[in-house]
Amino acid sequence: MNNVIPALEVRDITKRFPGVLANDHISFTLLPGEIHAFLGENGAGKSTLMNILYGLYAPDEGQIFINGEAVTIRNPSDAIARGLGMVHQEYALVDTLTVTENIILGTELQKNLLIDRKRAHQEVERLSQEYGLIVPPDSLVGDLPVGVQQRVEILKALYRRVNMLILDEPTAVLTPQEADDLFRVMRELADQGKSIIFITHKLREVLAVADRITVLRRGKVVGSANPHESTERSLAAMMVGREVVLQVEKGPAHPGEVVLEVEGLAALDDRGVQVLNDVSLEVRAGEVLGIAGVQGNGQTELVQAITGLQPASHGKVRLKGQDITALEPRQITAKGVAYIPEDRKGTGLVLDYTIAENMVLSTYYKPPFTQGLTLKEEAISEHADELIETFDVRTPSQLTAAGSLSGGNQQKIIVAREFSRDNVLLIASQPTRGIDVGSIEFIHKSIIAQRDAGVAVLLVSAELDEVLSLADRVAVMYHGSIVATLPAAEATRERVGLLMAGVQQEETTNG
Amino acid sequence: MADPHDAKDHRDPDQHPQDVVEQPAAPSDPTVPATKGVLRSIRWGELLVPILAIFTAILVGAVIVFLSAPAEKGSRLHVTWEAFKGLFIGAFGNWAEPSTIPNALSGTLVESTPYILAGLAVALGFKAGLFNIGAEGQLLIGALTAVSIGVWLPGWIGVESLPAIIHLPLAVLGGFVGGGLWGAIPGYLRAKTGAHEVITTIMLNYIALRLIDYMIVSGPMKDPAGSAPRTPFVQGPAILPQFVGVVRDPSLTGGNTYQPLIATTSSTWDLRVHAGLLIALLAVVFVWWLLNRTPKGFEIKTVGANPQAARYAGMSIVSTTVLTMTLSGGLAGLAGAGQVLGLEHNMKSVFSGGLGFDSIAIALLAKSNPIAIIPAALFWGALRQGAGAMQIRSGISINLINIIQALVIIFVAADQIVRWIYRIRREQGGQMVFTRGWGK
Amino acid sequence: MRFITRARAVGALGIVVSLVLMLAVNANLSTKLAEQRAAGSAKAPSSVWGYVSQLYIPEPKTPPGTPPVATIPLPTLGTVFFICVLLIAAGAFLIARNPERRGIGGYVSALIGFTFFVLLIWAVAGDRVDLADTLSRVVRVSTPLGLGALAGLVCERSGVVNIGIEGMMLTGACFGYIAALVVGNWFDAAGQAPVWFGVLIAVLTGGIMAALHALLSIRFKIDQIISGTVINIMAVGLTGYLRSNFIIKYDSPVKKPLNDLPIPGLSDIPLLGPVLFNHKPITYMMLLLVLIMHVLLFRTVWGLRTRAIGEHPKAADTVGIKVNRMRFWNVVIGGFLAGLAGAWFALEVTFRFDDLMTNGQGFIALAAMIFGKWTPLGAYGGALLFSSANALQLKVQNYDFALAPQFLQMLPYVVTIIVLAGVIGKARPPAAVGEPYDH
Repeated sequence: MNNVIPALEVRDITKRFPGVLANDHISFTLLPGEIHAFLGENGAGKSTLMNILYGLYAPDEGQIFINGEAVTIRNPSDAIARGLGMVHQEYALVDTLTVTENIILGTELQKNLLIDRKRAHQEVERLSQEYGLIVPPDSLVGDLPVGVQQRVEILKALYRRVNMLILDEPTAVLTPQEADDLFRVMRELADQGKSIIFITHKLREVLAVADRITVLRRGKVVGSANPHESTERSLAAMMVGREVVLQVEKGPAHPGEVVLEVEGLAALDDRGVQVLNDVSLEVRAGEVLGIAGVQGNGQTELVQAITGLQPASHGKVRLKGQDITALEPRQITAKGVAYIPEDRKGTGLVLDYTIAENMVLSTYYKPPFTQGLTLKEEAISEHADELIETFDVRTPSQLTAAGSLSGGNQQKIIVAREFSRDNVLLIASQPTRGIDVGSIEFIHKSIIAQRDAGVAVLLVSAELDEVLSLADRVAVMYHGSIVATLPAAEATRERVGLLMAGVQQEETTNG
Repeated sequence: MADPHDAKDHRDPDQHPQDVVEQPAAPSDPTVPATKGVLRSIRWGELLVPILAIFTAILVGAVIVFLSAPAEKGSRLHVTWEAFKGLFIGAFGNWAEPSTIPNALSGTLVESTPYILAGLAVALGFKAGLFNIGAEGQLLIGALTAVSIGVWLPGWIGVESLPAIIHLPLAVLGGFVGGGLWGAIPGYLRAKTGAHEVITTIMLNYIALRLIDYMIVSGPMKDPAGSAPRTPFVQGPAILPQFVGVVRDPSLTGGNTYQPLIATTSSTWDLRVHAGLLIALLAVVFVWWLLNRTPKGFEIKTVGANPQAARYAGMSIVSTTVLTMTLSGGLAGLAGAGQVLGLEHNMKSVFSGGLGFDSIAIALLAKSNPIAIIPAALFWGALRQGAGAMQIRSGISINLINIIQALVIIFVAADQIVRWIYRIRREQGGQMVFTRGWGK
Repeated sequence: MRFITRARAVGALGIVVSLVLMLAVNANLSTKLAEQRAAGSAKAPSSVWGYVSQLYIPEPKTPPGTPPVATIPLPTLGTVFFICVLLIAAGAFLIARNPERRGIGGYVSALIGFTFFVLLIWAVAGDRVDLADTLSRVVRVSTPLGLGALAGLVCERSGVVNIGIEGMMLTGACFGYIAALVVGNWFDAAGQAPVWFGVLIAVLTGGIMAALHALLSIRFKIDQIISGTVINIMAVGLTGYLRSNFIIKYDSPVKKPLNDLPIPGLSDIPLLGPVLFNHKPITYMMLLLVLIMHVLLFRTVWGLRTRAIGEHPKAADTVGIKVNRMRFWNVVIGGFLAGLAGAWFALEVTFRFDDLMTNGQGFIALAAMIFGKWTPLGAYGGALLFSSANALQLKVQNYDFALAPQFLQMLPYVVTIIVLAGVIGKARPPAAVGEPYDH
């Protein structure tokens, strides 16, 4: 093995951002035909490293060798020219262009000054046959499901004749079955001699597909592992740097009266397409109903319709028996509904505002924050100090702009604000997306604490593990409908995974 | 099997580098206080850039004058010197002859008065993420309604005249309401249909111009006694009085008597500055209070900073947008009312002359801070007031002022240019929200 | 769920407009009849229903008085009522069925188009109007709108909002005019050459102003709408300054704008000839550019890349497209087009330069672009809609019309607002428009 020239070798790459050492003397090699997994939690420096390889950032120190030759990669086209392609987590696809147009973009074939559509079309067909990546060449990318979009992304790289492919968190938006399909394609590519860098934080996947594993923590390589000799537990310890509790501690639920009752709810998305069909569910006081499902199967619309952010086209939403379907968001909030939105930076916070201002974002108009016609700064300020203390928001001051905090602390501001009211229902949508482990643990505990205090909790998460560890009952959404509701005990990863993929099994019990 | 590491790296690669690494439990930069706070403090460093922007713009203006100086007025350098000397004398008086000073300063204040109000109108829009280019039209309609009330209200209700305590406030309010309605239209369209206010307000400017043209040139509001197209003079009780001035012969003002607060016979002290200035200053205080001390202001700013978060927090985007545009239009309408009730005392078909566009410059110069509108408007007023004298002394067209104005906006909006020229470090934060794009 | 929707509002607006039109025409014709009878006019028909509006199509290029090729007599009141009833029925349909999207845009266009038509035949009641001339005017007046819309489109498709088109047009007009004056003077030439040179300079000037916009908004990342406003303010100041300091004092032998350029053969076709093939050069250029731009945008590499950088610049960047460089040049190309539109004002319609002579056409052009959903052919459709308002307003001034001319002059602006409010909700702008790109 030592005499093989590595397809890619990285030596002592270091990258600093203001105040942070993102990559600290990272070295590794990538062999031809190998699937090399990079494991690390958020902020471990995986993405920074890949962006350096792909020419999006310049390293402060260190060298990159491709096929034994030292290279400088200034931009993505440099990287592609040297045979290095990358599939980002957020696909770099133009929704309004066709599959073929997306694939040829940047390296178009011309005939008589016009794009040679015929040849492009043939080329795409050929590639798609060769690697078993089936795509409809003339459809608009925006109309395709994410799994197919991902294939377009991979084809795009293959069209450029790359022999190394970086896949950045490729399974984040896939069902377990789709992910397995992707692993098959990865294996196929590797067998044809392509090298693959596979970035993930999911231990199970690493063990399933990788030939070699490198673990990053706080910008450093903390170890390598062989998948045959590792377990999830050993990898997790290496990744986080301590033994971690893999289970959220919680006692049994004591469900009370029905708090939220959704009946036959339907809604349209902003293009007028019906994305939520006839959804019915109930959540009782003191229980967590978890909604599992691949992103984009109507979860967003369900939550928005319940919270009044988007009108429902049909159906009813009742809170403790009261119809709240047509109410404005403010009226719904006032009835004791707390809501952690999925888009922290875009919806949950005003990033330019101070922490104090963000903490009264939905209550500023009520006493004690407003009295008569004016805002009361002292009350707002006291409120903020209190919440910062209680919810352990790590900030120099309550006057710090929310935008300058880390994701975990930003999420804590939202949690603090929403939990500080008297609630009967908590809707938590992707509550721990993209934040550090410490904050995740804190937020999970807080959610369970709310449950135990008798609040009804509706948890929506694209992370199956999160749903499985927090929920007392699990509902699975697929194509805008709830396809099954299972008690936690019956909700195994495999069963829920199949339901998420739209595969109906024998009998599903209605919990 | 539960996995605690399901946090996904949902960072997109073009995010700010600081966001890349989210250090657990460590605030990223403890030295950064927020600029938009409950407790707000003026940061003097921020003043430097606008001042340098103005300085640079004037310098470039001087180069333009130098290059285009008319030959018959002497050497290029001389003309340039005379132009700027004229500008100063026009705005602040000839300090060699002290008797010219009160008049010049009063002129500067008179010019600044509508700028304060119109600048405030644009600034308020900016706070809510709305770009009101329609201050011009709102000002015209405000002037039209104010002058109508000032001239005809007593007639409509069948009395000879009304006491000033009733007539004047109603006329001023009329200006506010007229401008407010003209601003509410694009606000409503924006909120309900998504028609972008930049285009609709400009269209409403043209419509207002045609409407004024109709009303005053050929239509029902033309004064048959006037030679040039104009409305009749407003009644005495409806004017915004001069602070100090000479009582005009009623025959010059359509038979109405206009009483200044302090009457004088000295032409040195016959100052045009009128009570409209007080309205403008009160408006500044009001807008400052609204934005910084009231829940409505909090809503306006939130809608401007992040409409999605505002909606999530239960604020109504529609009503906030309509309210903001109505207030903004109302402020511009007040500017128009001040001009007709305090200065012209009637309305001519050719009326405002680009006040609307100037007000954008003022709002930008003041970075939409209501208090900072005052010095910005004073600067602008001084430029306008001085322009006349500049043209007389040097033969340079007053359009030069428009060029300087555009340059000031460039340098203020693109403060990187100024920072680059003068090597000033960027301070953290402070990026302001201007507008939202077509589809958002 | 909501009761008042876009479709219902548009439908209600249509019904109100139609009813008002019907009543107004009826009332106006009755008054007219009474007046004519009182004056003992021989032209007065027996009843209001007797008023006829004649549309005629003349033989091209023949002396006045030659009998027309065809005359279409339309009973004024009957036609108005017929059209209005149709519009009311369609409006009622919109209110009743309340469609989400479909049909609203079409209804808005039909409402506006038919309203113009009604105004036209109302104005010519008891008289006649040259149809070929009216339509030819529509095409002529659409020139700056079409060019402006293309200019906006080239920028916005690549992700840069350009509200500075008005200013680019104005500066183009001013500098083009000055260039024509000066060159004419230098060479003491009074022919077309200096004017053509002026056109070239106008185009380049538009490009330079656009480069400034690109520099401010792409390099310095100023808010694009602010940057466009800067261009507009700058243009007003600069051209005003040049006009008062230079143009009005300058004498030149050049006095005439670009000549007519009838296309041999084609311009002799009745109706079609005058409408499409008897124009001045810039109008032809505009018509060709609309078609060319459509092909360029949808069939070429440049077009594909332009659409990509306006929609998802990051995606384009990762495949090696220089997003900001390409945006820069697209904005400059837009400036060239706007400059050409400026030349139309100062060098084709007339040979003169006035302050603010572009009169908001740059902004209306943007509305046309939005109306056409950012496609060249669609945008030109929008341009025609607005130019008919303009042409109508100019045409009707020749007749004794019931409304004051100022109200007709408002028409293009009112139409712009209605179109934006009625249509934009369903028009989807390029996703990245207005956002500076930073990798």
